[in-house]
Amino acid sequence: MILKLNKCFILILLSLASLVAFATEEHHTVQEEDLDQESTFNPGEMIMHHIADSHEWHFFNTESFNATIPLPIIVYSPQKGLAVFSSSRLIHHGSYEGYKIHHDRIFAVDAAGNEDPTVTLYDLSITKNTASLFISAMLLVIVFISVAKGYQKNAGKAPTGIQSFFEPIVIYIRDEIAVKMIGPKYERFMPYLLTVFFFIWFNNLLGLIPGGANLTGNIAVTLMLALITFIITTASGNGTYWKHVLWTPGVPLPLRIIILPIEIIGLITKPFSLMIRLFANITAGHIIILSFIGLIFLFKSIYISPLSVGFGLFMNFLELFVALIQAFVFTLLTAMYFGSAVEEHAHDEHHDHAH
Amino acid sequence: MLNSMFLEAGIAMVGAGIGAGIAALGAGLGIGRIGGSAVESIARQPSESGKIQTAMLIAAALIEGVALFGVVVCLLIALA
Repeated sequence: MILKLNKCFILILLSLASLVAFATEEHHTVQEEDLDQESTFNPGEMIMHHIADSHEWHFFNTESFNATIPLPIIVYSPQKGLAVFSSSRLIHHGSYEGYKIHHDRIFAVDAAGNEDPTVTLYDLSITKNTASLFISAMLLVIVFISVAKGYQKNAGKAPTGIQSFFEPIVIYIRDEIAVKMIGPKYERFMPYLLTVFFFIWFNNLLGLIPGGANLTGNIAVTLMLALITFIITTASGNGTYWKHVLWTPGVPLPLRIIILPIEIIGLITKPFSLMIRLFANITAGHIIILSFIGLIFLFKSIYISPLSVGFGLFMNFLELFVALIQAFVFTLLTAMYFGSAVEEHAHDEHHDHAH
Repeated sequence: MLNSMFLEAGIAMVGAGIGAGIAALGAGLGIGRIGGSAVESIARQPSESGKIQTAMLIAAALIEGVALFGVVVCLLIALA
């Protein structure tokens, strides 16, 4: 029961992660002039458009056909109240219900259609990243419920179907990551480690599908993941852990005073580096692939295309590997931080046993 | 006046580019050394390859994290 509650809690936290992504207060003024983007191809703009979050899910467009899924916009402002409508009303038709959109930011407008800076608004829309998060959450739930049902059905027998694909991965995470890094108390951390591993892995792979959203390359999502790791580490830290942080044993007194601020900063930099690592790796991978694709449109030459398609394909395969590696590294380092938090024995004892 | 503004923006861009290059250089050196040493130790002790690979990945991830700090700072300079 507690395990189930834990799982629900983690799922809710993960779902909240992407709401934070766009729930920032809007203060910026709308720039009036719009540079003509149609005439020249700007690779930087194209890349940023593809890796950034958006209020509509855009796949491609031709002269006559526009393959875009409009997403719901949910705006709350203390003055105007809650407004829910489709983004297709906003993106192609100027303003709607006193809001307009400019460069993927929503602004409040007055009756004349000018920007109204007195209205504070909170944008809680189901953006592309949020929609992708829902899809991946559903996929994870479907996959792992069917895996779990397999264990009910084939109790004591060999795994079948999709179960036999995931069993070695789960066992690898248990034996090679959790047991080795955390030690005998690994069991209470297994649900989180498995959730975070499969969440990151699935979302990395979904992001690599052409037209997919760059979810793990959104710093708000990685921030939430790192924050949950930080909270669990801090909450499960025992006496030995805090003693090591605050009053490092086995070190002369003057050094302890120097080490104390370093250790306290170290508490923050560990999850911070988790956040930056995942965000930067995934974003960099997407930027490289898009740069190779952008070369085609930049040179407009048939001799460049095979080269850029070849390199793009190579990078895409490399990213398939990076997707797994980053999920593994995030889980491994998370397990290491948990391990340091629950490690029981004192320092001198440790040396006797280890060497 | 306008000229010096452009110059400042240009120098900031140059700084960001050089910084990203140095970050990549440092990460390359570090990860190269780890990879080399890991291959050497696996050649000596093939039976311990699993442990060595895990240790290699942890060290590489830590180095990469530091390099990515640098890259993100450069990105902030370039975009600001």
